[in-house]
Amino acid sequence: MSAPDLLNLEGVTVTFGGGIHKAPFVALEDLSLSIPTGAPEIIAVAGESGSGKTTLGRVILGLTKPVRGRVAFDGADIWATGAVHSRGYLRSVQAVFQDPFSVFNPFYPVEHLLRAPLKMFGIARGRAEQDERITTALRQVGLKPEQVVGRYPHQLSGGQRQRIVVARALMLRPRLIVADEPVSMIDASLRANVLENLRALRDEHGISILYITHDLATARQVSNRLYVLYRGRAVEIGAAGDVIGAPKHPYTQLLMSSIPRPDPDAPWPAEHVRKGEIGTSDRAACVFLDRCPHRMPICAKQPPDFMLGDGRAVSCYLYSDGRSETAAA
Amino acid sequence: MIDAPLLSINDLSVSYAIGNERARAVDGLSLTLGAGQRLGIVGESGSGKSTLALALMRLHKPPAMIDSGQILLGGTDILRLDQGALRKFRWSEVALIPQGAMNALNPVIKVREQMADTIRAHRRDMSARDINKRIDELLVRVGLSTSVAGLYPHELSGGMKQRVCIALAIVLEPKLIIADEPTSALDVVVQRVVIETLKDVQAQIGAAMIMIGHDMGLMAQSVDHLAVMYAGRLVDQAPIREFFRRPLHPYSQLLISSLPSPDETRPLAGIPGMQPSLLDLPAGCAFHPRCPLVQPICREVMPPLETVEPHRRVACHVVAEAYNVRA
Ligand SMILES: Nc1ncnc2c1ncn2[C@@H]1O[C@H](COP(=O)(O)OP(=O)(O)OP(=O)(O)O)[C@@H](O)[C@H]1O
Ligand SMILES: Nc1ncnc2c1ncn2[C@@H]1O[C@H](COP(=O)(O)OP(=O)(O)OP(=O)(O)O)[C@@H](O)[C@H]1O
Ligand SMILES: [Mg+2]
Ligand SMILES: [Mg+2]
Repeated sequence: MSAPDLLNLEGVTVTFGGGIHKAPFVALEDLSLSIPTGAPEIIAVAGESGSGKTTLGRVILGLTKPVRGRVAFDGADIWATGAVHSRGYLRSVQAVFQDPFSVFNPFYPVEHLLRAPLKMFGIARGRAEQDERITTALRQVGLKPEQVVGRYPHQLSGGQRQRIVVARALMLRPRLIVADEPVSMIDASLRANVLENLRALRDEHGISILYITHDLATARQVSNRLYVLYRGRAVEIGAAGDVIGAPKHPYTQLLMSSIPRPDPDAPWPAEHVRKGEIGTSDRAACVFLDRCPHRMPICAKQPPDFMLGDGRAVSCYLYSDGRSETAAA
Repeated sequence: MIDAPLLSINDLSVSYAIGNERARAVDGLSLTLGAGQRLGIVGESGSGKSTLALALMRLHKPPAMIDSGQILLGGTDILRLDQGALRKFRWSEVALIPQGAMNALNPVIKVREQMADTIRAHRRDMSARDINKRIDELLVRVGLSTSVAGLYPHELSGGMKQRVCIALAIVLEPKLIIADEPTSALDVVVQRVVIETLKDVQAQIGAAMIMIGHDMGLMAQSVDHLAVMYAGRLVDQAPIREFFRRPLHPYSQLLISSLPSPDETRPLAGIPGMQPSLLDLPAGCAFHPRCPLVQPICREVMPPLETVEPHRRVACHVVAEAYNVRA
């Protein structure tokens, strides 16, 4: 028997609120994703803001419990077995949170964020060994220890804080990292360095990474697979280069055409979508229905995932001809 | 006759006291901005962009201190305003969308209340009904549904919160909008909507805009001029087309060549070496230890910012030499 997947999400659904008279808000719907053991990957997750990317990250970190579906790590359902509360899980799955402003405790010098987990997980014993680990991790993200040590969070710039959070994840050598917009506040030249570090973690240390990002150009450069989310659903999945190179779903197409090109003479193309209201869609219909330029009568029914081969799936009736549907429908 | 610029910053220096030392986060910076112009400011993280933005609003807090310089906006000397005048001046004349603004929203107060508070603080004459109407209009302007007004910030995604902050900044239609990374948390579709909204409002009310950011693509699409900061100094300034067509400063050149492309897969190239610490800046040009074109003079003499072409200023010995600016 082959080893169980490192991570396996099956039909995960997360909702918020709701009550007797109000339907709950669906933040993530019927999402499945797996990362095999022994074949580390960087999986990029892109999509509209509010589409559920952070929620997906929180589900993987065990911070949000799905209302339906299963989250398994090493083959064990983390909620059923209680593994989610274990120290082992805490260390195995590390987070680089979206917001570098919120994770810091303003009353501690910033290196506390780095030293505390070393102590907590018993990774480095003496002070000297801790210092060495901290220094190495800081250098990996392009920071000099003297720029950081003894400083408080408010004394650092946004990008500097963001890099410290990345350094923390690097230092702990987990098995899986959920990196939520880890480089959104870093300029292109440093971004390349930080992303190279993520890539090295995968290639040299076998760590898999869920890379949540709005930056499709970097997603293309570093990731193996790409998930495109829209209003809580994965609308397109496939090899990052394929999806970005030839997007199939009308939302992915919109996403690609909206990328601002670093060329003043290549302006944004005219928008070809309908203006949709945010968060007002009918969950029984296709989630992109109200904005889709190609809508058809059948789209009143939520499309299943149509497999296009090579691990490519698109949730859109434009691709229903002669293609097999997944069981999820 | 040339109109006086809307904003002129002269030789501005801002520093932070760290222990017994002072770190110059903004060092001798001068620039001007005309009414309605859009200036982008880029630079490595820690190069002083946010410090500059805060100083322009006089929102900097100790240990930050403005050491010297002058900031004139529409003829008003900002550094000389007393507290009362300053309060009136902020938001109505110049508004800041601070970096990480979305986290500054009060988590226990609904969006409508927070927006109403800001409007009320400045427009005592407005009726509750007009305020509500204005809030709805502002939300729609930034691409949000008016129902968002009834939600708490924690019920919004990062992107939605950021748009609420942008709506707040344009409440009083200021003459200058400073946006510090206004869209780094947004997806490209919404980013485009927000930037176009910002540009629209800015054009409608004739405001000038300073946009701080890292996304060179966004800069290419939204500003007329670009300024590059490195270790607290302005090192390069150019009209946006010229900047991309022919970057002059070696740092700018590396920055452009490190841009990843969505159209092809190729290795990411960063700029080698580490950014300097403000407390221990290298002698001469702060970029020299990482510069591929470094000359002996660069290790000793700090290059001044010199005009090499109309509207183009560069602080680099090698570039100046090539242009023969110095006799
Ligand atoms: N605790 C919560 N209570 C209610 N609604 C929530 C909560 N957390 C998230 N949501 C809602 O769930 C949706 C998904 O949010 P999420 O933060 O996952 O989006 P995202 O894709 O990460 O967006 P962004 O790109 O802006 O960070 C949003 O509409 C948000 O308003
Ligand atoms: N309160 C403070 N005390 C001491 N140093 C500070 C303080 N705030 C900022 N600094 C330092 O001043 C320098 C400039 O910071 P600033 O926030 O202006 O950078 P930035 O260019 O906006 O960076 P980013 O792109 O990462 O937001 C940094 O080196 C930072 O560490
Ligand atoms: Mg998010
Ligand atoms: Mg900043």
